[in-house]
Amino acid sequence: MGGSGTMAGADTAGPGAAAFIELDGVEKVFDVRKKTGFLKRERRRVRAVDGLSFTVARGEMVGYIGPNGAGKSTTIKMLTGILTPSGGRLRVAGIDPSRERTRLAQRIGVVFGQRTTLWWDLPLIDSYRLMHRMYRIPDVRYRENLERCVELLQLGELLDVPVRQLSLGQRMRGDIAAALLHDPDVLYLDEPTIGLDVVSKAKVRGFLRDLNAERGTTVLLTTHDLQDIEQLCSRVMVIDHGRLVYDGPLAGLHEAGESERTLVVDLERELPPIEAPEPARVMRVEGPRQWLAFPASASAAGLVARIAAEYPLVDLSVREPDIESVIARMYAERTSA
Amino acid sequence: MAETAEASEAAGRAEPRGRVVEGLRAYRLIAAMWIRSTMAYRTSFVLTTFGNFAMTALDFVAILLMFSRVDALGGWSLGEVALLYGLSGISFGLADLAIGSMDRLGRRVRDGTLDTLLVRPAPMLAQVAADRFALRRLGRVTQGLLVLGYALVVVDVDWTVAKLLLMPVMLLGGAGIFAAVFVAAGAFQFVAQDASEVANAFTYGGMTMLQYPPTVFALDLVRGVTFVVPLAFVNWLPACFVLDRPYPLDLPGWVAFAPPLVAVACGALAGLAWRAGLRSYRSTGS
Repeated sequence: MGGSGTMAGADTAGPGAAAFIELDGVEKVFDVRKKTGFLKRERRRVRAVDGLSFTVARGEMVGYIGPNGAGKSTTIKMLTGILTPSGGRLRVAGIDPSRERTRLAQRIGVVFGQRTTLWWDLPLIDSYRLMHRMYRIPDVRYRENLERCVELLQLGELLDVPVRQLSLGQRMRGDIAAALLHDPDVLYLDEPTIGLDVVSKAKVRGFLRDLNAERGTTVLLTTHDLQDIEQLCSRVMVIDHGRLVYDGPLAGLHEAGESERTLVVDLERELPPIEAPEPARVMRVEGPRQWLAFPASASAAGLVARIAAEYPLVDLSVREPDIESVIARMYAERTSA
Repeated sequence: MAETAEASEAAGRAEPRGRVVEGLRAYRLIAAMWIRSTMAYRTSFVLTTFGNFAMTALDFVAILLMFSRVDALGGWSLGEVALLYGLSGISFGLADLAIGSMDRLGRRVRDGTLDTLLVRPAPMLAQVAADRFALRRLGRVTQGLLVLGYALVVVDVDWTVAKLLLMPVMLLGGAGIFAAVFVAAGAFQFVAQDASEVANAFTYGGMTMLQYPPTVFALDLVRGVTFVVPLAFVNWLPACFVLDRPYPLDLPGWVAFAPPLVAVACGALAGLAWRAGLRSYRSTGS
């Protein structure tokens, strides 16, 4: 009976079928009280999220980034129904998260990188069994999903281990599996690769990519690791001071951040700095090797042709800008503005 | 737009009864998981239950020691005090067994793990109450039952049908009252996360207080536990009826039968406090 209810819910995606996640002028204001004396308190209003509007279509995989305290986690908490927005309109799968938290819970999966949703003292499999019943997952689906997760996330030997004895990477994989047993339409990941080693990161990313490709699960992930975004997300949203400062493809961030690429040329011998056409310029000279900076939006071809024609060129390479510095610059600009 | 508003309104109307059913279901599932996991280590379960039993039994040893010096405490004999002790212990033990994990709420708010409960499709209260469901708490209930049995053997009660009926009624009513205090104390921890000690003063402190006759306490304190936090209804008032003793504060005779009503009223108030606490948590996140 529970199963059919869930299915019906999935069929009637409601008015937000195209825009699966919808935010319109969403605000979250906190009253922060700071102790200033024995009984004195200072009250301050903090706008953690300030008029946020965006939509995410079904099946999209979106990276959500920003510095600490920018409002990322607050947004995720509002999208999952943990926090009630102070203003604006918010819908996930046509559901108002704060008003129908438990109904929404059936449709979403959540992974908090820093804390587990699993039962700490119990073996992994106990948590899964409980989710099976709690989410009213049909037996066949549960078995299929569990098998798949166990295989792809390599959980086989961990099922009987109490969660507190798992390593961080193992626990994260266990958490991701737990978030997916009930076939959620959308998966929120808050720092899913934080503290993981390179191998574990690769496993988690590979799994998420397949999940999105095969199941069409909508994925929204916050991260500090830009490689997560580079490898997973076609779209990135940057939030700062509770506002969206960028929304588009990852590549576009370079233009938005006015970043530069670097052309490294090896000449036959040591020469004075190359007289490059504007706006390219030489940044550094070290023996026969020279580094030139040019706008990321410009093509490297013209510059290369020009140098090859006028100088004895041996080898060259183009270096993409470091996204972290691009974003750091973006924040800095906004803060100073 | 109109359609969705209507739909959510309908959902809101259907909610209250559905929530209770859902809550009980979630409670049962979570508690069953903890019982199963406890039973995987039977020896450990037996030992911890016995430990729980022995620790609570020490309380009663203290009372026995007192009675080795005096013949009565506030005019109550050993058997009569044992009756109070047993009733208080069983009521509290049952409440503690059912929702004793509530006092972990403050810690969960502080370390942020409360959020992980809010993303599950089950009412929060049920999840918090059933968390770490510990059958070993039956140790206290067992001990209370033994002391109550002893009391019923040594005390000379003039049994009537009303008195017989009152026994199970007051045990369940008392458990209900203690449960309400647990929930209210939990609700308070939403706003004051370090308040579990304050909460313990009402739960454990209240239970210990009820082990002694009302006549040994100051009148203002008795008034407080009758009208403010109505713990007197757990055992004092019904026990006075069973033992044909005068009621404290000259209360009318029917109050001995009020425990179930008081439990329902307290439960409703505690429920409201819980909702307010949860709402405040969800609007501030801390």
